[in-house]
Amino acid sequence: MELIVGKYNYWMYILLMMIGFYAMIGKRNLVKKVVGMNIFQTSIILFFVSTAAKRGGTIPIVEHSSHGVQAFQYVNPLPHVLMLTAIVVMVSTFGVAMALILMIYRRYNTLEEDEILELRKQ
Amino acid sequence: MTLPFPILIIVVPLISAFLMIVIGWWRKSLCYPLMLAALAVSTFSSVAILIHVMAHGTLHYYLGGWDPPWGIEYVIDPLNGLVAVIVSGISFLIGISSKRLAEKDFPEKLVYFNCIFLLQVTGLLGIVVTGDVFNLYVFLEIASLAGYALIAIGEDGAPFASFNYMIYGTIGACFYLLSVGYLYVVTGSLNMADLSKILPDLYHSKVVLMAFAFFAVGVAIKMALFPLHVWLPDAYTYAPSSVSSLVAPLTTKVGAYVLIRIMYTVFTPEFALNTIPAGTILCWVAATAALFGCILALAQTDLKRMFSYVLIAEVGYIALGVGLGNRQALTGAILHILNDALMMASLFLIVGALSYKEWPRKIDAFRGLHRKMPLTMASFVITALSVIGLPPTCGFFSKWYLVLGAIEAKEWLFAAVLLLSSLLNAILFFRVIEKAYFEPVLDDPHEGKPKEMEIDEAPFTILIPLLLLTAGVLSAGLLSGKIVSGVIRFAIPATF
Repeated sequence: MELIVGKYNYWMYILLMMIGFYAMIGKRNLVKKVVGMNIFQTSIILFFVSTAAKRGGTIPIVEHSSHGVQAFQYVNPLPHVLMLTAIVVMVSTFGVAMALILMIYRRYNTLEEDEILELRKQ
Repeated sequence: MTLPFPILIIVVPLISAFLMIVIGWWRKSLCYPLMLAALAVSTFSSVAILIHVMAHGTLHYYLGGWDPPWGIEYVIDPLNGLVAVIVSGISFLIGISSKRLAEKDFPEKLVYFNCIFLLQVTGLLGIVVTGDVFNLYVFLEIASLAGYALIAIGEDGAPFASFNYMIYGTIGACFYLLSVGYLYVVTGSLNMADLSKILPDLYHSKVVLMAFAFFAVGVAIKMALFPLHVWLPDAYTYAPSSVSSLVAPLTTKVGAYVLIRIMYTVFTPEFALNTIPAGTILCWVAATAALFGCILALAQTDLKRMFSYVLIAEVGYIALGVGLGNRQALTGAILHILNDALMMASLFLIVGALSYKEWPRKIDAFRGLHRKMPLTMASFVITALSVIGLPPTCGFFSKWYLVLGAIEAKEWLFAAVLLLSSLLNAILFFRVIEKAYFEPVLDDPHEGKPKEMEIDEAPFTILIPLLLLTAGVLSAGLLSGKIVSGVIRFAIPATF
């Protein structure tokens, strides 16, 4: 029980990741695949941010530099910074995905994978 | 003092890519020279670095003056120095040829094409020179995003193929990112050299094991290792020929480099081969790849699709060398990174030359091609012999080292697989050579005598890079002893 409740954010990350993964692989609609991709990537952000969190930790801004800095009082900023970069990557991937979907729709007039494959055979 | 060259390799193509858009508004004709100049600077810097590294040892460059492990560090040792030379050199040659090919396929998009082309090269070179695992992820995504965009320009099926590639590529990149996250959780570091110092004490941890698993699957998707290769044939077949001749040889090779780098320098060979059976699994997967790539290639009638499957088999060879994990096999794997980059660039450029002349890509239509395009077909024969692995060409030597490695590891089965897949390659390529050289040209039904065939080669900007690549295939074979004893001997991770 402790393992489930105490680390619920990690369980959520796994759950979200599996939902996204299923949508990317299992769904036949291209937009649903992209939505799945976004859920998948967001779950990774949740994972990284979870690893940085500390009970009772505050934002990592050092007010009085004269005392020694106590690391346990501050949330670890580095995973957040990494995730800023990952968000940028995510947004650009999403942009490219949308552009591709537009191109596909203009060519085949559908976004269902099965129908596109059917049209491609002809 | 640190030399500025490591950063020049990356920054020059990156800045030129963005300048390209601005200059494209002003003078379209300047874009092509700008791209070539940027690629030439990159090539020159990477050659200069490799010479420096061979003479004075590993080169470190700290970005923004921040010392590692806090700052991002670029590290160039003989291994990635060599790969950087391969990537920048081949992209320079393909850059020269891209002008005519791109002008023919999509004349109105040239400015953006040149821009993304440079971004692709930036991404690939960045993956190679960086010494920071998260920075590697960022460059991986730059290269992949540029790749999706470039592939989508192509013919009818291209956007859909590119979309599938994107789904797989994103899964691969996200797995890699997760592995970085797991490593960071247990070590608190992102620097490769620092990680390799901290990790040995943590090998009993399940987190490290998970990190390794995520990394291996993620990179296997990116380098199209056999069961995860499904995105590759469509993407590289439908990509325009100016693009496929860039991405096909380089993306998979850079993936193979990442595999060697993380498996053997961030983790130790001891961990990757003995603590967990990663090497054995990799060998089996790679052997399957080498066989199935060739068998599936036999079933193709489209030349470009056939080359795509050959590429999957070649990735299998490299992975087999990495998985066997002894000096000989690793020499073979690294040598094959060089050789295969040359061979694949040459093969896909031949397809480009054919499509420039609007020759159909169906193998059945190749009758009499040697009379029409003698130089192109001559370089096809030389490259084909190299893929099969005949002695004077470079393909023989890397396969030789791979077979020696398999024998040294007493894995007779894998040695047999290597020979068998060479045999399959021979069938594969002689089928094309026979069509092009020996089958008579169909008679003209009206006149009853063979049709007149005039020499009709592709323009010089395509032909010269092609001939240079072919010369590279030959000379890499003739000089392979020098390459192995002069560079690759030092490129193998020191623990072997």
